Amino acid sequence: MLLIECPWCGKRHETEFQYGGEAHIARPEHPEELTDQQWADFLFMKTNTKGVFRERWNHSNGCRRWFNAIRHTVSHEILAVYKMGDEPPKIEAGEADK
Amino acid sequence: MAKYSIFSIARNALNNHQDWPRQWRSPEPKPDYDVIIVGGGGHGLATAYYLAKEHGITNVAVLEKGWLGGGNTARNTTIVRSNYLWDESAAIYEKSLKLWEGLSQDINYNVMLSQRGVLNLAHNLSDVREGKRRVSANRLNGVDAEWLDAQGVKEFCPVVNISDKARHPVLGATLQRRGGVARHDSVAWGYARAADARGVDIIQNCEVTGLRREGDKVVGVETSRGFIGAKKVALVTAGHSSVLASMADIRLPLESHPLQALVSEPIKPVIDCVVMSGAVHVYVSQSDKGELVMGAGIDSFNSYGQRGSFHVIEHQLGACLELFPIFSRVRMMRSWGGIVDTSPDASPIVSKTPVKGLYINGGWGTGGFKATPGSGWAFAHTVAKDEPHKLNAPFNLDRFTSGALVDEHGAAAVAH
Repeated sequence: MLLIECPWCGKRHETEFQYGGEAHIARPEHPEELTDQQWADFLFMKTNTKGVFRERWNHSNGCRRWFNAIRHTVSHEILAVYKMGDEPPKIEAGEADK
Repeated sequence: MAKYSIFSIARNALNNHQDWPRQWRSPEPKPDYDVIIVGGGGHGLATAYYLAKEHGITNVAVLEKGWLGGGNTARNTTIVRSNYLWDESAAIYEKSLKLWEGLSQDINYNVMLSQRGVLNLAHNLSDVREGKRRVSANRLNGVDAEWLDAQGVKEFCPVVNISDKARHPVLGATLQRRGGVARHDSVAWGYARAADARGVDIIQNCEVTGLRREGDKVVGVETSRGFIGAKKVALVTAGHSSVLASMADIRLPLESHPLQALVSEPIKPVIDCVVMSGAVHVYVSQSDKGELVMGAGIDSFNSYGQRGSFHVIEHQLGACLELFPIFSRVRMMRSWGGIVDTSPDASPIVSKTPVKGLYINGGWGTGGFKATPGSGWAFAHTVAKDEPHKLNAPFNLDRFTSGALVDEHGAAAVAH
């Protein structure tokens, strides 16, 4: 089980959280101008990174707020958490890919 | 290939079974092939076999980074069924089940298909309606299906608790009698042996690290054992589909998640069918060794780690005890995880790609094992003819742009 640090509440068990998938997918500014291909890319296509991955979590059984985490998808190690709207912290490549 | 039969067993008994030939060769890779299949799991090996058998293409290599059938082929709960709701899904899974029914004879390898019947339980009114609708849809598609009421469930599988006092009472179930289980390792080994006998090179411990392209065409693969040229490359790397596709700059609508399963200590025969429940979310069968084999849903987070969180197992055992109070003192022996790549519509991608000569078969999510023969059969056609067979045409990559999804979420008899 993951031990996840909510930026507001501190470390809690994974069962208190809901997963929100890949982070930093921006909704298109001008949706009416998008081609079908661009819509498909926005709606369905995923980065699905093997390695250091930026993702969203919701502390649904706690403060009910959303935040972002940087987690390694093989080791499951959580390398950083940061609030919605914040710039993602820089994670040195290699440091996490051990 | 030395044919396996009762006579060959008798003949080999004379020298204490010391002279059985190896089931397949371990050749050095040739400089180039007509077709390279990346991934030596069930689907990849089935693809190689049907390429050779149905299309006469034998200058084929299967590249496997680990050992044959060591990924999801070895990690699933071995359930085989074809009772899917939508026409497109029913067609390809039913093709698969028909191939399963003749597979042991076809590849001269006992895959131990046991058509013991698959129950999909209904616990509430919407389950009942969905189940009855699916039974009708199945019958229209030529797939055997029956509706059982709660008493019928009790008669078919006496250990299921049908008390109306249960938190999620059993109101009925769909039954596919032709469904059941098969021996997962045998599927990989049997296809490998049969493909090898037709000239396919099976190369283990050979990881693909890159795809080489010239213009918009694929010309080969970079591997841990050097470059190997190929006219066509077929990616069959369940769990890692996105990783391989990204080597050709293709983005896929897939997310990789852990799917956990577990087995109990061996006990005497107690359940002679497969019981699945989407609502309380567990599926249970009993292996030939006597272990109860159980699985449920994926872990929520993305992962390539082949393990998941304990609370997911705790939840599925809660569901198990709800259905089978008799198992309350059975001890669990082993649990493990595999990496499944899930698609937005819970249907697979068996398709050409924007890169010429590059094909992909993945996104089977939590239900790929049952599809192994049909998937390989249809994919072999796609690779050989450079166009999809009508069975897998609906499962193309373009459907995410066109919107013609095959939405099996909630329709496929089990939650994903």
